[in-house]
Amino acid sequence: AEPDPLITETQGFAQSLGDGVDATPYGLPIEYESDVIRRNVEWLTADTISSINFTPIHALDGTITPQGCAFERHHSGAIDMSKDEYRLMVNGLVGTPLVFTYSDLERFPRENHVYFCECAANTGMEWAGAQLNGAQFTHGMIHNMEYSGVPLRTLLEEAGLPDDLDGKWVYVEGHDASSNGRSIPIEKALDDVLVAFKANGEALRKEHGYPVRLVVPGWEGNMWVKWLRRIEITDGPVESREETSKYTDTLADGTSRKWTWVMDAKSVVTSPSPQAPISHGPGPMVITGLAWSGHGAITRVDVSKDGGKTWETARLAKPGEKMALTRFYLDTVWDGSEMLLQSRAMDETGYVQPTKTQLREVRGENSIYHNNCIQTWHVKENGEAENVEVS
Amino acid sequence: EAEPAPSSPPVAAQTSEAPAEGLLVAAAQADEGGSGAKFGIGREALPEEIDAWDVNIMPNGEGLPEGSGSVADGEGLFSENCAVCHGEFAEGIGNWPELAGGEGTLADKDPVKTVGSYWPYLSTAWDYVHRSMPFGNAQSLSDDEVYAIVAYILYSNFIVDDEFVLSNENFLEVEMPNADGFIVDDRAETEYPMWRAEPCMENCKDEVKITMKATVLDVTPEEEGTVAEALTEAKAELEEAGSDSEGSETVEASAEETADTEAPAEDISAPDPELVAAGEKVFRKCSACHKVGEGAKNGSGPQLNGIVGREVGGVDGFNYSGTLADHGGVWDEALLAEFLADPRGTMSGTKMAFAGLRKEEDRAAVIAYLKSVGE
Repeated sequence: AEPDPLITETQGFAQSLGDGVDATPYGLPIEYESDVIRRNVEWLTADTISSINFTPIHALDGTITPQGCAFERHHSGAIDMSKDEYRLMVNGLVGTPLVFTYSDLERFPRENHVYFCECAANTGMEWAGAQLNGAQFTHGMIHNMEYSGVPLRTLLEEAGLPDDLDGKWVYVEGHDASSNGRSIPIEKALDDVLVAFKANGEALRKEHGYPVRLVVPGWEGNMWVKWLRRIEITDGPVESREETSKYTDTLADGTSRKWTWVMDAKSVVTSPSPQAPISHGPGPMVITGLAWSGHGAITRVDVSKDGGKTWETARLAKPGEKMALTRFYLDTVWDGSEMLLQSRAMDETGYVQPTKTQLREVRGENSIYHNNCIQTWHVKENGEAENVEVS
Repeated sequence: EAEPAPSSPPVAAQTSEAPAEGLLVAAAQADEGGSGAKFGIGREALPEEIDAWDVNIMPNGEGLPEGSGSVADGEGLFSENCAVCHGEFAEGIGNWPELAGGEGTLADKDPVKTVGSYWPYLSTAWDYVHRSMPFGNAQSLSDDEVYAIVAYILYSNFIVDDEFVLSNENFLEVEMPNADGFIVDDRAETEYPMWRAEPCMENCKDEVKITMKATVLDVTPEEEGTVAEALTEAKAELEEAGSDSEGSETVEASAEETADTEAPAEDISAPDPELVAAGEKVFRKCSACHKVGEGAKNGSGPQLNGIVGREVGGVDGFNYSGTLADHGGVWDEALLAEFLADPRGTMSGTKMAFAGLRKEEDRAAVIAYLKSVGE
């Protein structure tokens, strides 16, 4: 074999000098990673101001999503608001309605938690058939971050909870022009909802609700109100646009489910996948992907190479955590023949991720939201992969 | 069916080993349930502040202000404020939402979900129009105007007749056709028992066949971060407006045009960066409908590359009103400033629903911005 000139010849970077510190005071990924970016699907929505894009999950590893490539969803655009301009009101059926500034929030005892945020419409374009060719597009309406913030319970107690909590709800809304508002039952509001101002250690990005957003673990992303403006205890749900005309799931007979908040257990192989083909030929390889459940921790992920005839249990990178992404690996040897790759998640409640056929039998094809079906990638002999459906 | 989850630990548990006495007291109070911990942080919200922000309307009409509006008034208001996206008859333009029609389609293959066919509560329509519309100019409508627009949307759905006047008094008398069309999440009964079972590991199926491939549809954007140009029939079906498909040609054409009209002397002078920056902010009011910059395509309004010096009504493939199409001449700064001050007064019949920029400095800024980009 010929000697490798990358080894035998002195390279420029081994001879001359690189950048000094502060070359980029806030760092960006190196240019060779410029394809690891959010992407949108233009035909989905009328305008990017009221739209969504997708996390490049096919190119990431581990479980934490960097903020800079975590999917965005806006209803009236990402607004420009400083911490000084920020106000949060707690009102309604409370002892004393209160107003907090940003610096007020930083004085309450704080917690840190890692949670996934998944848009209810993730995989929604796949109800009627395999449509988008890439894990980024089929499953990229998700991110997973470590949040720092104040429990919503703390703020509600500061304002004074009503004596009788039965039948009470909490309405939350944002500062932006859409003032996206959702009703949350008081039990959830007092359980694990977080009023967050940091993600992955740094301030929230503008596109994720800077300076303050709501974190509603395990529940659909639309409820994670950004630019959180107001929290109201009410004696019933508001039935806002986002919880009636949107984020309701129409069944085959035309009736629609409402209040479908929890994101059921789901998984996807992120590599290999259409945007991450096998480039090395037969031999040892790593099949990897993500699993998550809004009901709690992931306990097991199985992988099939033959479209669901036989399954083998994958290795979890670490034990599943409640309402957070879990990374799985199947360290295997590829014989070079084609594969129909699938993954199947199980959570701590014993729920097993269903097939698309099973979901359609219950829900039909018009639900739009909450499609947590098993995904199939057809990996060909040349290593390329395609989004398919199988019998 | 709320999930069992650990209750949050008492406040003091996350603080240092020797928490301040106040925190211990607070934690003790929290443990007793009821009123819970108080830190004395924040201030009382004033009644005027609550009035300003607490505008939600409950399904039983609670929160509705006094007022009224007729279908007839609503028709004009809808045309001015809403039709640019939703169509004159609330039928929706392009991918913008349809607000009318679709009755009886909810069990069909592609249900048409509108205020008439789908929305269970009228309060939702009033609340949403009042707080979030028009797109790009939210909270600009008076209460009576909101009543009128909602009345017109009801009329567009054949729910009320053309004489109807909607008010806070008759609000609950309106019957929404799909009011009984919703059930509360029943997955815990209809799905979870089926799917909480030990999964099959071997010989789970006799054979496996590929039944559908994504590449048949080919609607996936290309990798380069740019948008796929060759979107297929699926896209053509989805987008009825049609103007988009001409987008890339249009940009090329206008680039040539700009080159032909060689910049006059005043355009060569360096733009004032502060004015341009101010104009970029003002342009947010326009950006819902107008795109500008590299690759800008027509949306609800035409793309604005090289607009200063561009022919009036000059973008191929954009469906201008007759007034703009027949106007002739070019947009110089004076004409643009006049139009931006009072769009419908200057160009009677324009489809641009924007009310105009009242401040002269805003007009100057946005023109400076438009000159600085997309030339």
